[in-house]
Amino acid sequence: MLTYLIRRFLYALPILIGVNLLTFVLFFVVNTPDDMARMQLGAKRVTPEAIEKWKVERGYDKPLLWNAPAPGTDKVTNTIFFEKSLSMFAFEFGQADDGRDILNEIRTRMGPSLAIAIPVFILGLWSAISFALLLVFFRATYLDFAGVVLCVAMMSISSLFYIIGGQWLISKVWHLVPISGLGSGLDATRFLILPVVISVIGGLGGAARWYRTIFLEESNRDYVRTARAKGLSELAVLFRHVLKNAMIPILTGVVVVIPSLFLGSLLIESFFGIPGLGSYTIDAINAQDFAVVRAMVFIGSVLYIVGLWLTDISYTLVDPRIRLS
Amino acid sequence: MKFVLLWSDLLFFLLVAICIGGAWWAYRSPQLAASWRQVGASRSGVAAATVLVCFVLVALLDSVHYRERLPAQPGADAGATVQYAVEVKSALDALLSKQKTNTEKTYSAPLATHLFAKESRADGQGRDYPRLKFGGSHLADPALSEADVRERATFGLIAGLSIWGFLAFVIRRYAQPRAPWFAWNALIWTLAGIVVIVSVVLALMPYYHVFGTDKVGNDVLYLTLKSIRTALMIGTLTTLAMLPAALLLGILAGYKGGWIDDLIQYVYTVLNSIPGVLLIAAAILMMQVVIDAHPEWFATAAERADARLLSLCLIMGITSWTGLCRLLRAETLKLRELEFVQAARAFGVSGFSIMARHILPNVMHIVMISVVMDFSGLVLAEAVLSYVGIGVDPSTISFGTMINAARMELAREPMVWWSLISAFCFMFVLVLAANLFADVVRDAFDPRGRAA
Repeated sequence: MLTYLIRRFLYALPILIGVNLLTFVLFFVVNTPDDMARMQLGAKRVTPEAIEKWKVERGYDKPLLWNAPAPGTDKVTNTIFFEKSLSMFAFEFGQADDGRDILNEIRTRMGPSLAIAIPVFILGLWSAISFALLLVFFRATYLDFAGVVLCVAMMSISSLFYIIGGQWLISKVWHLVPISGLGSGLDATRFLILPVVISVIGGLGGAARWYRTIFLEESNRDYVRTARAKGLSELAVLFRHVLKNAMIPILTGVVVVIPSLFLGSLLIESFFGIPGLGSYTIDAINAQDFAVVRAMVFIGSVLYIVGLWLTDISYTLVDPRIRLS
Repeated sequence: MKFVLLWSDLLFFLLVAICIGGAWWAYRSPQLAASWRQVGASRSGVAAATVLVCFVLVALLDSVHYRERLPAQPGADAGATVQYAVEVKSALDALLSKQKTNTEKTYSAPLATHLFAKESRADGQGRDYPRLKFGGSHLADPALSEADVRERATFGLIAGLSIWGFLAFVIRRYAQPRAPWFAWNALIWTLAGIVVIVSVVLALMPYYHVFGTDKVGNDVLYLTLKSIRTALMIGTLTTLAMLPAALLLGILAGYKGGWIDDLIQYVYTVLNSIPGVLLIAAAILMMQVVIDAHPEWFATAAERADARLLSLCLIMGITSWTGLCRLLRAETLKLRELEFVQAARAFGVSGFSIMARHILPNVMHIVMISVVMDFSGLVLAEAVLSYVGIGVDPSTISFGTMINAARMELAREPMVWWSLISAFCFMFVLVLAANLFADVVRDAFDPRGRAA
């Protein structure tokens, strides 16, 4: 087990290096720091001195890969690649354009993101599985057909519509919860209910339909027929046999996203004014703050790789036939 | 008049040509024809396809671009060079020229005769809702507009019903006996909806803003129709951009194995591990810098917007080819061990020919299914990306830019709902049709589904 995890860790390193190189090429080679400075300082009438000053402030004035005049190891370390790209492996992201420390910002913003993402994940999974089980229970009836039609219709509605419509109906017309913002302590639930409910509903259609196909595939197997033949009730068959065995394909898709919950949801957070990582990312994109975008790309891929590990481990937990080796 | 062929037009026409060619090919091959027959026999499939074809027709009209010839200067002699307008128009613009040119000052409700906001009257007597310049301007007394709308709508309804009756008769009389297996009923009833709606709108269109106007007074109907092209472009060109990479790398990785497989797997794991939105954001920001740095590459604003649209498609293609690539690799791994491939190898057929002649045709159903399944997701993604600010050029009319411009309007008192609702409705119909069609296509082409 341990050796397996270590091997997976070593396997993850080249992937992270790849991500690192890719972002380096995108952000520093395709676009030189000069381009970035010109964009930040405002297009045309910008003097070379201003560009130089902007670059020095952010440490972009160094050579990209090789600092020839520098002494000793500084030849390698005193470069943009080393200071801006490689340092991300130590989770040193430097400063955002507004001068705040990115890592610090990420730490404080993680909480609100998780406060939405975790309930959404759990409730979403629970509601989609229940809905799918319900449809499978009534399979090949009009209820099942209507349910599938409902799922397809729900999938076809833009997530923006759920957010805008929900905000308008619940907050503006019915005045049930505040439109946006975030309180502290228990007060926060008032603000969190609506975004959580909207994200759960928005994701329900696609997820329920997918789980339904998995359950249906599973309920055509021989062991299910045996279970029915020995006189088990349909409910017992569904919950004790079908659900358990269908967990394996469901886990493949679900466990990978767990670590990424930290990143929060871009849309929900920015619409509801929740100071999480999602809205941080959107603000950075809109302000063209490249340092933040780069940091988020790196963190995102680290979390994805952690998700892959978790998937592997969870396989062994639900399926005793699979052993890590 | 001078025709302008934008890159996206060219690719879109190419794609339509590929579809027509593919249809011909499928018609010739008995196995493919059987699968398509199953699609044609399904009611939801035919209904969805009818709706999709209507959308494609609008997009095709909107893809014929031209620049108008400017009237010659009065003093110039006959031999002077002809000048063309800077603005690039499309055939759809020409058809909707009344909608395009007759803009109001600001918001007006659907079918309204008056502006939505009060303004100081010309005679200085307090504030009032001014008359619209275009909507209902043919009426001497705006109070009559309700009766006028009803009259015109009824006329449109009757005209639509009679056109539909004629079409239905022709279909039943001449087309149905030739292909009785086809779900003609679904076609006829879908046509009923489309023809009636279109003719009612057409009857009202020359006199009113049927869907109202937006903040700067543009006709919302015109904006939604223009958005269709952008949505279809993104849904289809993205796939076109990713297909070569996914096909080539997927089959290569599966067939060759070894270090090639490892390398390709490495590349797609790296791309996969970056959250999609962030990768798109990073790439679009970079593209933006490049486009801004080279204004000399683009002759007109339309070409610049077009370049941004294409680069968005390309970038979304780069982030989304990994899924298909993985599927193709897995399928090729299976096919590689089958007898007919082994036999071909024993005969000494080269690796390239085996991949092209024996493996490629046998994975096409996966490509087909994933292309139609991805389409709806891409259309929805465009709206989200435009909201985030990394979508199409802000000057390009798309569902995303429409929603983005309109989303604060629900907070107004009284509320402005029409531009949001029309964008969402059109998008919903398009995506729903695409989803239904994708389901039918998957059922028809997936060998796993056929057995069950």
